[in-house]
Amino acid sequence: MKPAADTAPANGDAVLSARNIVMSYGGVHALKGVNFDIHRGKVTTLFGENGAGKSTLMKILSGVVTPTSGDIVLDGNLVTFSSSSDARDRGISIIHQELSLAPNLSVRDNIFMGRELRTRTGLDFAEESRQARALMADLEEDIDPMTLVEDLRLGQQQIVEIARALSVDSRILIMDEPTSALSATEVEVLFKVIRDLTSRGVSIVYISHHLEEALQITDYAVVLRDGAITATAEARDIDLEWIVRNMVGENFDLGSPPTDHEFGEVALSIEDVSVIDASGSGYSVVDHLSLDVRAGEIVCIYGLMGAGRTELLEAVAGRMPMAGGRALLEGEDVSRLSIAQRIAKGLVLVPEDRQRDGLVQTMTVGRNLSLASIEAFAKGLFLSRSRERELVEDSIRKVTVKTAGGNAMIGSLSGGNQQKVVIGKMLTTNPKVILLDEPSRGIDVGAKAEVFRLLSERAAQGLAVVFSTSEVNECLSIAHRIVVMRRGRISAEFGASATKEQIMAASGEAVVA
Amino acid sequence: MTDVSQARKQSSASAPGQGFDLAKLLLEGRAFFALIVIIVVFSILSPYYLSVANFLTMASHVAIFGILAVGMLLVILNGGIDLSVGSTLGLAGVVAGFLMQGVTLTWLGIVLYPPVWVVAVIACMLGAGVGLINGVLIARFKVPAFVATLGVMYMARGLALLMTSGLTYNNLGGKPELGNTGFDALGFNRLFGVPTGVVVLVVIALLGSIVLNRTAFGRWLYASGGNERAAELSGVPVKRVQVSVYVLSGICAAIAGLILSSQLTSAGPTAGTTYELTAIAAVVIGGAALTGGRGNIRGTLLGAFVIGFLSDGLVIIGISSYWQTVFTGAVIVLAVLLNAVQYRRRSKLPASTGGQPTSQQRGKAEPANPAQGKTAR
Repeated sequence: MKPAADTAPANGDAVLSARNIVMSYGGVHALKGVNFDIHRGKVTTLFGENGAGKSTLMKILSGVVTPTSGDIVLDGNLVTFSSSSDARDRGISIIHQELSLAPNLSVRDNIFMGRELRTRTGLDFAEESRQARALMADLEEDIDPMTLVEDLRLGQQQIVEIARALSVDSRILIMDEPTSALSATEVEVLFKVIRDLTSRGVSIVYISHHLEEALQITDYAVVLRDGAITATAEARDIDLEWIVRNMVGENFDLGSPPTDHEFGEVALSIEDVSVIDASGSGYSVVDHLSLDVRAGEIVCIYGLMGAGRTELLEAVAGRMPMAGGRALLEGEDVSRLSIAQRIAKGLVLVPEDRQRDGLVQTMTVGRNLSLASIEAFAKGLFLSRSRERELVEDSIRKVTVKTAGGNAMIGSLSGGNQQKVVIGKMLTTNPKVILLDEPSRGIDVGAKAEVFRLLSERAAQGLAVVFSTSEVNECLSIAHRIVVMRRGRISAEFGASATKEQIMAASGEAVVA
Repeated sequence: MTDVSQARKQSSASAPGQGFDLAKLLLEGRAFFALIVIIVVFSILSPYYLSVANFLTMASHVAIFGILAVGMLLVILNGGIDLSVGSTLGLAGVVAGFLMQGVTLTWLGIVLYPPVWVVAVIACMLGAGVGLINGVLIARFKVPAFVATLGVMYMARGLALLMTSGLTYNNLGGKPELGNTGFDALGFNRLFGVPTGVVVLVVIALLGSIVLNRTAFGRWLYASGGNERAAELSGVPVKRVQVSVYVLSGICAAIAGLILSSQLTSAGPTAGTTYELTAIAAVVIGGAALTGGRGNIRGTLLGAFVIGFLSDGLVIIGISSYWQTVFTGAVIVLAVLLNAVQYRRRSKLPASTGGQPTSQQRGKAEPANPAQGKTAR
């Protein structure tokens, strides 16, 4: 792959340019010499898969983090941002992917958080309210400024987030996945606002997984892959296929489905399962979904953020309540059992967020690995240290954790090895069905391949594997069957020979108009 | 991938090989060194301090706080706090005192004088009951531990005052003809010259140590205190563990109450006021993290001895009780400060050897919103 320097457009119309940006985290390069221009008064869209480095680049451009090396040029002058507020003072705002609102405060207070309007004696609430109302009118959203943010729908909260960014009169506005929680009409309004902003000379950087949608609004397309820019073009010269091709690149081999074994009986049967959104909005994130998985089979669940993958897996594992339906493990209804009972029966979950749900940071590698199988080395009341050591050493060897030993602290491992510990912990219980929620999230390509190799080995021994992902490549690696989820339902099922375009179309990511 | 893991291998290999690191040793063994310093300093200042008799006296004072602190440690390991132990101690003492006076059953026209062992069992069950209320409020009804145990602290104290109308039971000796003598044994008897209270502390500490290190319950406790969500997803019965620690803490408080009223030969409703704070201090000085998951019995015992030997030492050299309070407070602040240093060190280590470079994770680690970061300033 060629360095991007020679493909970058001329500097003439760039309001903000990143020059040769390198970002390293302890020897791992998240960005490898990136050149990126934000075009004045235009929409520049940054495309790329998860982990390609999009968010890192945006955080550098908005002053949240400082790059390891490289320059930022604003209006032709070399600048360094000391903080995000420094960047904001120079007219650069960012709307983060994760909402960063205070739910206990009103819409008005959130919009003016940190830069409250003052009178001589206190705060100018009247003026704040007036401005907030005007912003809401611009966004065609009928929200009273005094409404508490926690009382709003997620989509409306997103609108508030956007209103906050608009309220600072930015010259450059970075939008990281602004539409992920918006309805179609809200997206239309947002696009109208974006067009209005660009006509007033505001430069927009847009990031979205909805490729089709992004292509509608953007003027320039830039594709980032594995920390390097792979292609840049004007939007009128390109199509969807061009984006996908450049995003995905030549396949890194994550393995292929193991074929030298027969599937067994149905191991896991999900029957008509519904799950209600945990935030209490009453809306079904999983909507009457049914799925059978046989012993030895590897099923990939593909879907965009918010498609309901996590909720489905957590409900089956017993972490979230099911609003309807049931889950059968080898024909036995497990829907009423506790998590511990389901683990004992052989149904385990590797959660999406390993820091929050997977690891006990205060414990060693060994104790994390053995946590789910304490019964296996308990002798009566007491734990057998020697048996635990055997179990841990065996587990470290089988899942190939790179560690100084079972007594190392879990925090001393790399993300990929931490993930292997979480997976190893659940595999040590000798499950029949393993559910993995985004098992490749936040680990590098080498570790990813090892995790997948491990899963196909276990599948060949009769383990039923269900994993979710938002990266098409991963579905096309070891899965025998690909299930695409969209808005809580299965929108399509494919065999291992499906194409990327088919899968992305079914997920709603690339709707062919 | 490879260069990272190699770098990590080197650093983890060199970490144990660093040999004698005085700062680290002093930091990790700080409670022990503090105790040595206290003993040496007071032995120089007072000729009476360094004697077996004085040590035994001080140890029997420490026993009360030590027993409370062991129970408190379990709660703190779980990531909770138990403010009710001082009141539970008082209530258990008062109930014991009440039972020693004889229970009048008016409708039968008889007075029951339960033997001392029955009194002790009832008091412990009472402590367990108070702990159960705490545990159920916290685990089942999701009341924050601080608030739940604060409320129970008031209720238990109020009940103790109600039972005695604010008065104290002074006659705990029992009568030989009634078969209920022996209550003073807990406070005054000695086993091979060691006060009973200290023996009880040692037994409880040993039991606690075995439970924490050698049983599934101990492992569950460390896991659920370190990360409750991860523990739950690994099949740990986190609710049961949570209720259990408060029950055990209540039982420890009741035992301490029995020993204290025996030592004082009286059971007063205000006994043990603010003892919960001393117990928390002992646990913290012993290096446990109030966020849960970190701490051990050895540290907690050292913490209890540091507090006890310090305050008794200050009494012996004749420093005013006002200054004693100031000194004790300073020791606690210092201990918490050192805890912060220690845990910051530990959490920084992995980061310097190569944190995870993915965008999702970094997103989690950093403040989600720069604007909010600014507000905080």
